[in-house]
Amino acid sequence: MRLFRFLIAVLLLPGLLAAPLLAEENDSIYPDVPKALGNPHPEGNEFWRKNHMDLLLHDRDQTVRLGDREIFASLKGCMVCHAVNGADDRPVGVENPQNFCAVCHKYVSVQVDCFVCHKSTPDEDAIELLERVRPMGDTAEAAGLIDEYLEQLRYSSGRAPPGPAEATQ
Amino acid sequence: MKRPMPTPKQAAGGLHRRDFLRAGAAVATVTLAPGVTLTAFGGRAEAQASAASRWGLLVDANKCDPDCTACVSACSEENGWQDTGNPATDAQWIRKVDLKELATGRELSLPVMCQHCESPPCVDVCPTGASFKRVDGIVLVDKHICIGCRYCMMACPFKARSFVHEPVPDEARRSWSPRGKGTVESCTLCVHRVDAGRIPACVEACDVTGNRAILFGDLLDPDSEIARAIAAYPSEALRDDLGLNPGVRYANL
Repeated sequence: MRLFRFLIAVLLLPGLLAAPLLAEENDSIYPDVPKALGNPHPEGNEFWRKNHMDLLLHDRDQTVRLGDREIFASLKGCMVCHAVNGADDRPVGVENPQNFCAVCHKYVSVQVDCFVCHKSTPDEDAIELLERVRPMGDTAEAAGLIDEYLEQLRYSSGRAPPGPAEATQ
Repeated sequence: MKRPMPTPKQAAGGLHRRDFLRAGAAVATVTLAPGVTLTAFGGRAEAQASAASRWGLLVDANKCDPDCTACVSACSEENGWQDTGNPATDAQWIRKVDLKELATGRELSLPVMCQHCESPPCVDVCPTGASFKRVDGIVLVDKHICIGCRYCMMACPFKARSFVHEPVPDEARRSWSPRGKGTVESCTLCVHRVDAGRIPACVEACDVTGNRAILFGDLLDPDSEIARAIAAYPSEALRDDLGLNPGVRYANL
């Protein structure tokens, strides 16, 4: 009986401790999408939420098949602004539920196959840049440094997406 | 100006913004129907693989040091693969092969990697089209559609391909050279470097050792060092009898 009570306590304790935290952070049923660094996408978040898979799919073939490296959507580019740091102040991989991709994908139970092969954390030079940029906060200077880095990768948030740029009536 | 809402799904159609750009037009307007126009504004012309080049290697067996494995370690570091000590399942991007001619006792050592054939058997047998040759002659695996059947590994006369048996940990991955469990992989001729105008990691490492046994360049450019070298001195392809015309050639075999 004593053992049973102990087990119940062990099972309930983390839940009881976490409950106020959860209540504070998640007051909606939707996932808490981590805020990104740098300039926001000119197309808006809604566009990216809806279309990121198509953009990545299109551009992966451009790169692998045609060798086109000046593409609009690249996982490597995503990882820079959307890196989320873990307890050790290093960006967390997709296996961590705090990871930018994992937050929504876990919520909707959609498996991300990208990261069987692709790296789900930024490169070392991007991590160094983020360490310099983070203390600057949400400033134009910080966004400028990130843009400069992305430009150097030849991906830019300002570049026009694939497809007819304008269809006007 | 507010950016118009782009429609990526339309990219699959006949009209493509990039096509406008590559045609050299800074601004192109196409009338689809009365009152409906498509306008594309030019950006930078994008770099991509070109059929005007064929990338290749020339390995000089006389210059290759039997005790040196700089090219192999450079490839492993660049592309994030490691030997586990199990040759049956280890990655086979590049390996050193030691040969001895029994009649004369001459010993030589040379690196063997994907030979980037003009008529690659691995491409012929691939059931999904994952194994393909780029227009510039680089033979690659599109891991997005590779199902890991390993037909290409059986078809390759050079045993230049291998299957990834174990999950690749995130920290071992390279953003420029993705590799993952369940797909076949091989030498990519460091395509990420070539596209950026650099030379493959093995060639760079060989140059650093001072042996300079591997030459990289464009076989179709008559002024390139490699084209001049193969025109001036004898060189041969491995398994020349198969008529695959590899992009990798060997001198002083």
